[in-house]
Amino acid sequence: MSLITNLTFFVLAAFLGYEVITKIPTNLHTPLMSGANAITGITLVGAVAIAGSGSTTLATVLGFVAVVMATVNVVGGYLITHIMLEDFRQGGSN
Amino acid sequence: MVELLPDSVLPLAYTVAAILFIQGLRDMTHPRTAARGNLISAGGMLVAVGVTVVWFEVLTPLVLFGGLIVGAGIGTVLALTVERTEMPQLVGVFNGLGGGASAVIAGAELIEISTESGGVAVGSIPTEVAVAAVFSGIVGSVTFTGSMAAAGKLHGVLTTDAVRYTGEQVMKIVFLVVALGFGAYLIVQPDVLGFLQAVWVPSYWLLVATACVLGVLLVISIGGADMPVVIALLNAYSGLAASGTGFVLDNTALIIAGTLVGAAGMILTVIMCESMNRSLTNVLFGGFGETTEQEELDDIYEGNITETSPEQVVMLLEAAQRVVIVPGYGMAVAQAQHAVSELAELLEQNGIDVEFGIHPVAGRMPGHMNALLAEADVPYERMREMEEVNPTFSQTDVVIVTGANDVVNPKANTDTSSPIAGMPVLEVSDAGTVIVNKRSLSTGFSGIPNPLFAEGNTNMLFGDAKDTMQELVNLYKE
Repeated sequence: MSLITNLTFFVLAAFLGYEVITKIPTNLHTPLMSGANAITGITLVGAVAIAGSGSTTLATVLGFVAVVMATVNVVGGYLITHIMLEDFRQGGSN
Repeated sequence: MVELLPDSVLPLAYTVAAILFIQGLRDMTHPRTAARGNLISAGGMLVAVGVTVVWFEVLTPLVLFGGLIVGAGIGTVLALTVERTEMPQLVGVFNGLGGGASAVIAGAELIEISTESGGVAVGSIPTEVAVAAVFSGIVGSVTFTGSMAAAGKLHGVLTTDAVRYTGEQVMKIVFLVVALGFGAYLIVQPDVLGFLQAVWVPSYWLLVATACVLGVLLVISIGGADMPVVIALLNAYSGLAASGTGFVLDNTALIIAGTLVGAAGMILTVIMCESMNRSLTNVLFGGFGETTEQEELDDIYEGNITETSPEQVVMLLEAAQRVVIVPGYGMAVAQAQHAVSELAELLEQNGIDVEFGIHPVAGRMPGHMNALLAEADVPYERMREMEEVNPTFSQTDVVIVTGANDVVNPKANTDTSSPIAGMPVLEVSDAGTVIVNKRSLSTGFSGIPNPLFAEGNTNMLFGDAKDTMQELVNLYKE
């Protein structure tokens, strides 16, 4: 895909992110941050490609390191956000 | 890389993932749907990662699946064993790892490209790829070490004071310029400095090393109470680093998801800064928290401090119709949220209207107080934002301030020379009686005295937040 297409995605995502996220109440800012942080782990997709199919040993090793780092981010991030949000759900039903 | 599935499957999966991320964030707008939103977002991640795993022919399955299993194991253990009070630093660590991973991946991809062309020479790495890699490398590395330093401060391993030294701004600029210098080399790929032309792209890793030092320098000079801003900003950085890596790999999933997170982090950063009436530059580079002369403290406090006892407070509470509780970081440190929640519950059972007044920067991360109170089963309907609760103080009989200081300092409104001048604060002194629960008269993070403590309707209730709140609960029950 071309650079221009990528830039288009970037700009549209920035506007969309702004619209969606400004609507999130202060109450939920901690889980929002933690959940957004888990989404950053999307970089795992890139890590997977390189760790699984890298043609040089060095790139494969780096890919392995990146897979571990990004997976900790994804799995830990979603879990901890879930734990926080369960608190909010229970608090609301009282 | 050999593709096993039809061409359109991967982009399609990424589009589905992006839709799920966006829907997940939209569900975060309400506490009732937020947990579902998080699961939807996790589902998006599963789709994106799952399809990527099947899509590329896996040459080294042991490396790939080994990495996934090790990472998932570490992440699960950390998330399940963490104490609630340690959540801010763990979120910081996760954030750092994400940023670091982006920097590593961009570097690995550069190595792949330069191996094909037999080293770094003019034109071997396409300009747009090099520019994006430089961006990811710097931002990702700063996120990595910066987040670790922030987590260290939150965990108390590193000093929570702002570390200041002569020439610190110059040091930061030097490291940034050096990192950009290596970046420029990588982008231009000139036929000089032959040792930088090796296939492992040394200029990129030198850039990463320099940016790693820069990340630490940037964060250690920021004080503990400014961590909400730093954590939010680093969150934005890790998103932008992922987005930059998306440009390197030509991967839309990374670009869209990374940019969404970048936007979220930037918005939180701006909210935090506005809540303190300070610019981002001031938070990141400004001096803050000079110690106040002892004289000034004495002038304000001497003879004007009224001390009270838990017994007297309980009597006041028994006569009250409406009570507002203002929590601060001290409540988190003392882990007093359960005692505070129990007190609120008791008061409500006796027909008293109880609300929590929460300042946006109270605590160590955005929404920190809300998360703690939610953990202690306080219904989110009772947590009020500053703008909502300020007009109600005049109809409030008793305000209990526990572990908060600067966010209730009237100097922000009255003294234009004060370091917190113009910062919106909770105007608690409009209430009938203000009970301030604190361990001592020491200053808050801003380092300035708080005239609220000396006001006529303020009573100081000295003691640890948890013990004091528990005592109030016990006395009130009798």
